Amino acid sequence: MIGAQDIPVIPRGVRMQFDRVRDRWVLLAPERTVALDEIGRAILSEIDGARSFGQITAGLAARYAAPEDQIAADSRGFLGTLIERRFLEVK
Amino acid sequence: MTVTPPIAMLAELTHRCPLSCPYCSNPVELTRRDAELDTAQWADVFRQAADLGVLQLHLSGGEPVTRRDLVDLVIAAREAGLYTNLITSGIGLTEKRLKELDEAGLDHIQLSLQGTDADMADRIGGYRGGFARKMDVARWIGEIGFPLTLNAVLHRQNLHQLPRAIEMAVEMGARRIEVATVQFHGWALMNRDALMPTREQAREADAIVAEARARLKGVLVIDYVRADYHNDYPKRCMGGWGSTGINVAPDGLVLPCHAAQTIPGLVFDRTQDRPLREIWYEGSAFNAYRGTDWMPEPCASCERKTIDFGGCRCQAMALVGNASATDPTCIKSPHHAALQARADAFAAGPTEFTARAAAG
Ligand code: SF4
Ligand code: SF4
Repeated sequence: MIGAQDIPVIPRGVRMQFDRVRDRWVLLAPERTVALDEIGRAILSEIDGARSFGQITAGLAARYAAPEDQIAADSRGFLGTLIERRFLEVK
Repeated sequence: MTVTPPIAMLAELTHRCPLSCPYCSNPVELTRRDAELDTAQWADVFRQAADLGVLQLHLSGGEPVTRRDLVDLVIAAREAGLYTNLITSGIGLTEKRLKELDEAGLDHIQLSLQGTDADMADRIGGYRGGFARKMDVARWIGEIGFPLTLNAVLHRQNLHQLPRAIEMAVEMGARRIEVATVQFHGWALMNRDALMPTREQAREADAIVAEARARLKGVLVIDYVRADYHNDYPKRCMGGWGSTGINVAPDGLVLPCHAAQTIPGLVFDRTQDRPLREIWYEGSAFNAYRGTDWMPEPCASCERKTIDFGGCRCQAMALVGNASATDPTCIKSPHHAALQARADAFAAGPTEFTARAAAG
């Protein structure tokens, strides 16, 4: 499970792209395409390989005026799935 | 029925290949080099595909590396905005060429494994020294940092090597391994007796995969295609005919699946003659088995019909001579019992095989 100090990194071979035909954002990975909702896209956009998971969720909480622990819980679930599928790494 | 755009394209750049695997999915009638689409034609296909909604492009073959313009094709694919995957045996790739592909923006490599040691791999691939070269290629791929998927086709003669194949994937730093039990189309159909796994092997593979998945969670993703002829329900082939995937053969023929040409009576369009969009939405071959309207019983009233879409059309054709029949690997098919008995008989067959031919 991803912790507050962990730094998420989007590895090579995984990228976000706007799907102009379906008018949505997607995460492209080997043999897989994950459709992103607004929150998913917001979280992934914050990942820069430098900031920790805690910093990212604090920033999102401020931006969306939402409780930080709820944002952290939602993001942890989403990122956890990506980690399990090897679309995301932590350092 | 609303037809949604395709998400993936398999571009069979060529049928030429230095290997001659007995399960090759290329048609028995191989396309000659002089009939292949040229660079500009492929680049145009890629742009049309992206406009149509394709996001993922698989550059395949034959061996796509035999195309001298491969780097240019990768550049064209990336310019079109496609996620670009190279499906290769590795034979013909040099470190220099891999670096060029890296610069061209290639996203991912899928490396096929014919066996886990030189004896097996070189015998199955029919190419001496192939395994050693592949190991070099795997090392360069790792050094450059390409994301890697290993792909292993399982059959009776190499199934015992599955645990080692999984280990090798981890050692090579692959994020994924695709373990696919051999499918009987094209060359594989000719070699069915030599390749058909036994029922016990199929169960053993299930167990090996289940154990490895649990042990390697978060390290290696294992995608597994089971032996459907030893199971109760068919595969969802191509994600559903004409629903997600589109294939282009070396000569520009646009196909709903790579084996679609084995179905007599289907008419295919060529990308040189008709826009890809029109072929996808209006082409008769794409509409032949799209959705569920074409289904006979028992599929028509089955609760699984939108799960597996009645299974594989080409398999129905190959096994019961009728492409519109319920896939005979399904327990509800009237042919199911006979098929399972036949599968067991094939699995007891001789082990010599016919190597696939070379494309001219
Ligand atoms: S299956 Fe073997 S022979 Fe066929 S294209 Fe792939 S590497 Fe070549
Ligand atoms: S009857 Fe048809 S739809 Fe139902 S499980 Fe079998 S193949 Fe699938």
